[in-house]
Amino acid sequence: MRALDRRFAPLLAFLLALGTFGGEARAEPLVADLSNHLIAITAGFTGADLLLFGSTDGPGDVIALVRGPTGRSVVRRKDRLFGIWINNLSLDFDDVPNYYALASSRPLDELLTGDTAEHYGIGLDHLGIHAAADTPPGRLREMLDALARIKVREGLFRPEAGKITFLGQRLFRADFHFPSNVPTGSYLVEILLVRNGQIASAQTTPLIVSKIGVGADIFQFAHRHAAAYGMAAILIALLAGWLAHLAFRRV
Amino acid sequence: MQVYLPIAELSVNLFLLLGIGGGVGLLSGLFGIGGGFLMTPLLIFIGVPPAVAVATQANQVVASSVSGVLAHWSRDNVDFRMGLVLLAGGFAGSTVGVGLFSLLRHFGQVDLVINLFYVVFLGFIGTAMFIEGTRALWRRRRRGPAMRKLHEHTWVHGLPLKMRFRKSRLYISALVPGGIGFFVGILSAIMGVGGAFIMVPAMIYLVGMPTSVVVGTSLFQIIFVAANVTFLQAVQNQTVDLMLALALTVGGVIGAQIGGRLGARLHGEQMRVLLAALILAVAIALAYQLGVKPSDPYSAVWLAPEG
Repeated sequence: MRALDRRFAPLLAFLLALGTFGGEARAEPLVADLSNHLIAITAGFTGADLLLFGSTDGPGDVIALVRGPTGRSVVRRKDRLFGIWINNLSLDFDDVPNYYALASSRPLDELLTGDTAEHYGIGLDHLGIHAAADTPPGRLREMLDALARIKVREGLFRPEAGKITFLGQRLFRADFHFPSNVPTGSYLVEILLVRNGQIASAQTTPLIVSKIGVGADIFQFAHRHAAAYGMAAILIALLAGWLAHLAFRRV
Repeated sequence: MQVYLPIAELSVNLFLLLGIGGGVGLLSGLFGIGGGFLMTPLLIFIGVPPAVAVATQANQVVASSVSGVLAHWSRDNVDFRMGLVLLAGGFAGSTVGVGLFSLLRHFGQVDLVINLFYVVFLGFIGTAMFIEGTRALWRRRRRGPAMRKLHEHTWVHGLPLKMRFRKSRLYISALVPGGIGFFVGILSAIMGVGGAFIMVPAMIYLVGMPTSVVVGTSLFQIIFVAANVTFLQAVQNQTVDLMLALALTVGGVIGAQIGGRLGARLHGEQMRVLLAALILAVAIALAYQLGVKPSDPYSAVWLAPEG
């Protein structure tokens, strides 16, 4: 219960503020915030849920995008060669977001035209991913589809629309889930207010996903002082083996 | 209870890891093998990336062979001179193997090569052991005496660089154990195993070492080869997961002790046939996976941005 209270505390505070200073809030077409701006990956991390909440100054639809850090992805295709399945084709993609979640108050095709969606990077088809080398369009499409499918399966692309719910005319909320394999880095959350097929207002807010505690220390140690890490791993194993021998010798 | 593995970058139930460690440890205590050939496929099965599974498994092998070699040493069953010759070959082999591993990783073929190595070696060893074990069982039923010459002279005895190994009662070219060590070192790096399942039969049948000394001696050299693999994997690939290794070690040590006690109640030949069946089952399962159409022939790897 306590964890739940903490999660909803900002929302409660926000609602209270809205009630008290309703007049001032009306001046902003769109106000939104996250229940937390930090996702801490600790030793017992099993995934996280974030609450996005906010209000608009009147009727309209809301789209929210969460984007992770971008980088290069290698997509490989297995083919049957000599009777076994071997990685045969590969294609590198650049500017691939390592996390992408999308929520909207209505299905996207009811809200926006394709051009607007492309301009704002809304939807899996408009992520701005491009191949690192010249590739025939058919092959490009095939590998890009495979990439999106894999990311969706891993829970890192979450294009499900219709998750934003309105409480009355102006207050809205959306829940985002981050699975336990969520990549670390700086994320950006974009909230868009849509009226008559146009983006009427937009707001962005940052989100950090970071390893905290023992797990983070081990990861840092392994990457920054690889040799010392290797030595430590061996010493721990030697010690563990010796302790095991001592512990079971007399039994 | 979930535990986050910082290098593998996923959460796994701690009791599942302890269970895998314990189960493999039980079999390793029962059959006197390291059990790495079972552990690595199991880890891959629960979602640990193959590269991390192999490197971490090598680290766990260090711990299990230390406790094993101490037990054999107290019974004076370790030929250190032979161990050092094996080790010289093993060091060279594992260094070459880790380099090869990095190269394969670059070309995206690590998974395939790990699987192929498993299928070929487990299939070969499993079949040989199964035939040998059933024959021995059959002989025992017939109560016929096992015929074997004390010294068989083969091409092996014509090689240069002869050395005397007192504890093993052998006078043989250092190139033979050195070569075996080199070969097992490569396997150790690529498969993440100690390699006892190759080394023990090779030392008995190829070199003619007494069986009582082979296991302790092979464990002795495996400590150093596995330590070398752990170190090189940590430096070159950053794929050793301390958290995972620790959980597996704790489970494995307990399992091995229980297995050792159970093993004392079983007959040698029966155990060998059982072990052979187990090895063959793993080989067949892996071969099947290679040949059957994967549920998704596509795979994707995300490379972190530079800096």
